[in-house]
Amino acid sequence: MTTHYLVLSALLFVIGGVGVLVRRNAIVVFMCVELMLNACNLAFVTFARQNGNLDGQIIAFFVMIVAAAEVVIGLAIIVTIFRTRRSASVDDVNLLKY
Amino acid sequence: MEPAKIIEHAGGVIGVSWLLIALPLLGAAVLLLGGRRTDRFGHLLGVATAVASFVVGVLVFLQLLGFDPAERRRVVPLYDFIPGLVDPMGLLIDPLSISFVLLITGVGSLIHIYSIGYMAHDPNRRRFFAYLNLFVAAMLLLVLADNYIGLYVGWEGVGLASYLLIGFWQHKPSAATAAKKAFIVNRVGDFGLAIAIFIIFTTFNTVSFAGVMTSGADASQGSLTAIGLLLLLGACGKSAQLPLQSWLLDAMEGPTPVSALIHAATMVTAGVYLVTRSGAMFFPEGSTAAIAVTIVGVATLLAGAIIGTAKDDIKKALAGSTMSQIGYMMLAAGIGPAGYAFAIAHLITHGFFKADMFLGAGSVMHAMNDEVDMRKYGGLRKVMPITFATFMIGYLAIIGFPLLSGYFTKDGIIESAMEHNATLGWLAVLGAGITGFYMSRLVFMTFFGKKRWEADAHPHESPAVMTWPLIILSAGSIVLGGYLILGNRFMTFLAPAVGLPEHLPSFHPFSVAGLVTLALVAAGAALAWFKYGAGEVPVTAPRGSFLTTFARRDLYGDAINEALFMRPGQWLTRLAVFFDNRGIDGLVNGLAAGIGGTSGRLRRVQTGFVRSYALSIFVGAAILVGAWFVVGNL
Amino acid sequence: MHYWLSTLIGVPVVGALGVAAVKNELRAKQATLGVSLLVLVLAAIMAVQFSPNGDKFQFTETYDWVPSFGIHFGLGVDGIALVLILLSVVLVPIVVLASWHEADKGKRSVRTYFALLLVLEAMMIGVFAATDVFLFYVFFEAMLIPMYFMIGSYGGAQRSYAAVKFLLYSLFGGLLMLVAVIALYSIADKGSFMFSDLVGSVQDVGTQKWLFLGFFIAFAIKAPLWPFHTWLPDAAAQAPAGAAVLLVGVLDKVGTYGMLRFCLELFPAAADYFTPLVLVLSVVGIVYGAIVAIGQTDMKRLIAYTSISHFGFITMGVFAITVNGASGATLYMVNHGFSTGALFLIAGFLIHRRGSQYIKDYGGVQKVAPILAGTFLVAGLSGLALPGLNSFVSEFMVLIGSFETQPVYAIIATSGVVLAAIYILWMYQRTMNGPTADSVREMKDLNVREKWVLAPLIALIVALGFFPKPLLDVINPAVTDSISQVQHVQKASVAQEGQ
Repeated sequence: MTTHYLVLSALLFVIGGVGVLVRRNAIVVFMCVELMLNACNLAFVTFARQNGNLDGQIIAFFVMIVAAAEVVIGLAIIVTIFRTRRSASVDDVNLLKY
Repeated sequence: MEPAKIIEHAGGVIGVSWLLIALPLLGAAVLLLGGRRTDRFGHLLGVATAVASFVVGVLVFLQLLGFDPAERRRVVPLYDFIPGLVDPMGLLIDPLSISFVLLITGVGSLIHIYSIGYMAHDPNRRRFFAYLNLFVAAMLLLVLADNYIGLYVGWEGVGLASYLLIGFWQHKPSAATAAKKAFIVNRVGDFGLAIAIFIIFTTFNTVSFAGVMTSGADASQGSLTAIGLLLLLGACGKSAQLPLQSWLLDAMEGPTPVSALIHAATMVTAGVYLVTRSGAMFFPEGSTAAIAVTIVGVATLLAGAIIGTAKDDIKKALAGSTMSQIGYMMLAAGIGPAGYAFAIAHLITHGFFKADMFLGAGSVMHAMNDEVDMRKYGGLRKVMPITFATFMIGYLAIIGFPLLSGYFTKDGIIESAMEHNATLGWLAVLGAGITGFYMSRLVFMTFFGKKRWEADAHPHESPAVMTWPLIILSAGSIVLGGYLILGNRFMTFLAPAVGLPEHLPSFHPFSVAGLVTLALVAAGAALAWFKYGAGEVPVTAPRGSFLTTFARRDLYGDAINEALFMRPGQWLTRLAVFFDNRGIDGLVNGLAAGIGGTSGRLRRVQTGFVRSYALSIFVGAAILVGAWFVVGNL
Repeated sequence: MHYWLSTLIGVPVVGALGVAAVKNELRAKQATLGVSLLVLVLAAIMAVQFSPNGDKFQFTETYDWVPSFGIHFGLGVDGIALVLILLSVVLVPIVVLASWHEADKGKRSVRTYFALLLVLEAMMIGVFAATDVFLFYVFFEAMLIPMYFMIGSYGGAQRSYAAVKFLLYSLFGGLLMLVAVIALYSIADKGSFMFSDLVGSVQDVGTQKWLFLGFFIAFAIKAPLWPFHTWLPDAAAQAPAGAAVLLVGVLDKVGTYGMLRFCLELFPAAADYFTPLVLVLSVVGIVYGAIVAIGQTDMKRLIAYTSISHFGFITMGVFAITVNGASGATLYMVNHGFSTGALFLIAGFLIHRRGSQYIKDYGGVQKVAPILAGTFLVAGLSGLALPGLNSFVSEFMVLIGSFETQPVYAIIATSGVVLAAIYILWMYQRTMNGPTADSVREMKDLNVREKWVLAPLIALIVALGFFPKPLLDVINPAVTDSISQVQHVQKASVAQEGQ
């Protein structure tokens, strides 16, 4: 049975989503995003097993690669912002508006 | 007798009759493109091309005379102008067109020669001759074209030349305005002519005179009448007939030779040519269109004469007279075959005596520092004997003094009008009486009485280059009428082109109408003598009665145009501009502003807070998922 | 296999790259002039080989472009396209010479201006030569880009407003056309965008009407037809004189060309159905444009409004569905390019000298600059369709052709000849006649370069006035073919009513 895996994946996704919405620290928001991605990965792998083919597993690899790339750029941005602003709160970075 | 068939021709001088048009056109092109380089010989070249064209005209005339009368309508194809409409464009050489050719090039050459002297001190004399040449070319195209579109090209070409020449002294605002007015009023007439041509083409599937003549029978009466009336509108514009007369008096702003050539002898008579040329087809005797022509003619001959009685400006008085005389021609042209010969004969003699008098007036103005107010003339007969003598001949010719040109031709018109319709006839007689008055008034005020000159005026006789044309023109004014009319010489000559009436008129020297005319003319002249010859002429014009004001203000023609067309037109223009800026463009800009405003509100959503973006993504995703559930469960 | 048309498009594109690369501004200008003259010569050689009574499209070249959608790079010309290409290639060198110092004063790159001119030339040739509907659409839209920059970067004080208005209007129409093009492709179901494949492929009248509207609105905005016209006065008044010539002289003709080529041939039944509407818009445009022109105070705007009046004549001629009308309309497109082009250029020379577009700032120029005034008068007289000058032939043909089928509209339109006399002569009087205004007393007459700019235009205006036959011989067979579809529909409906 793969239902449990899917439920776990959904739970992880919701935790990540709520984290993104409510947390202010950029690092935590970032980790929550990763959590959502990994929840998706889990779902992909589960479906791959359920359907008996490898498509989902391959996509999971793609997601991991994208996530890795994203981490590199995202962390770099966060570090730069922290250096200039002495804060990692996402609410302090609101100049890009209107 | 019906007009003769038009046959194709090649060879001889007629074969190269395009030279008639090409020569003056070449002259104009050289003078206009050559610029200041041609200043030195510009006037000579201008005269040379006009005279050369006259020589070609005479040769063409002689060759035409060599043919049997029934074969005197020759068409010379030139080239394909507009495939499907005018192919080929050709020249029609027949007694009617050659009469005009000789008049245009003959009188035209004399006026060219005169202008050498008249314009001697003008820095732009070369340009003047270029325009004159252009005019001659366009006028020749008008009368020689073998189809209505070619005629239309010439028709507007002379309009252009007239525009350029009226506005020749264009630094004067009055001249520029007069030129523009002439062109625009003419365009109103051209509007009619153009639509007439459209109907002709759709009805007959051709615009050539020959084609229209041969395929005429199967047209409906309605379209024939419409064509006739629209052609008349065109003729009214060009020939300054009511209701499109208003431009001619203003056109006197142009140099005097222009007034003589264009606004007296040739261009303004184009309307008469048009009616005569189309006569057999679109103005058959007794048709609505023909009746309209006679009515317009009579109305204008009276209106012009009345205007002539009150003008103090010598050129405007003559212009009123021109209107009136063309009214006579139109009247005759509307009568039908019985009148065509008289119309054209009067046109030719009028070309001579009116050109003579205009040039005479020019000679007077030349002597009087360009003064045109006759109240400041007086007693000029002694200082300008040649001008005086030639002017007197023109004067006697126009009032119809027995045995001079006008006597024969105008009397012919009155007689045939009498026969056609007595009311029209008597109105024409009345017009002749008024002519006697206003022309006598003009002559007495100018040449007789006391000197009323300005202090700095030193009148002198004009140079020979100006007086010789006067002498030749006055000679024509004496003999031409009798030569053309007696023995119906001109009528039989013209017959192949316009047809003959059922019975030929015979000349009665002592008909009732003729005698009454003479008596009225004498009475008019006598009245003028008592008022202006014997009496004192005040230097400033007295206020005069209501009637005088009426005539002085051109029968309120300008006031009517202004109230009826100009003011509402200006109002309409302002309204349209306002509507365009505020209405259409306002709508467009309003739409743009609306979209811009909405976007301005909407962009406030972009707060810059990452978490609010995340929330909206989340809400959007939730809505999508929710919608999917709802739709999926339906 | 010919390569004429692809060469004609390729040469200016390559030329544009070259011009953009040249460092020296003078060299760039000379190179532009050289390239445009080369194109003119090539086009002339090609035109001589055109046989009027041969195949409908000649010099055809077809290459697959996007094979999966049946999109081709298809080129070919018939008589209509040929004369319009000739119009474009004649005007471009003239405009190059006229714009010699146009970009000098501004802060923008002079080389870019001339490179844009050449790109525009390539696009103009392409749009007339396209025989693939999709390719036509691509050129139709691509044409906007160089013109947008020419107005927006090199124009007058309100250039950005004018440029954006121009672009938005055209894009709006273009997108409607794109929808119609795609719909036409899928409804026709031929798997090809080639014009020849699509002709006659939509038979249903209701569908035709919608597709017709999609194309027609795009063309009506481009032409522009009343009431879609308000972008033109702004764009033409703000554009540099040379760009205004190409904008009004050639770009707008794409609209009327499109009506004749696409609306009539692809959707004959719809064209027949919408004829009354188009004629009303045309006649309103003729009279309205003329009246608004009379009321203008700005020379360039005045000329732009006269063009709106003239475009009314062109569309009326197209939708009169007669050979005379449509031939006249096609000839009108060419003649209008020359006469209005000349007017814009001369107005540009005047404005360059005095620094004002307003008529009231002039007066008595004739006295100080007689040659300039003379050319202005000739161009103006051509604008009011004086016989003996080019526009007369086309205007008369349009009117006579319209009168054959639509006498009432033709008569109303003929009143335009009176109004034309008023707006042209009044403008001439206010600028050139009267006492010389102090502000123009020092004005110089045309210099040698300007004379060379105007000489060919004036020569063409006069020559085509007396001898339009060479063009008409090329136009007539093509036009006869173009309107035959609609005539067929008309005959069928008459026959149906008869039964």
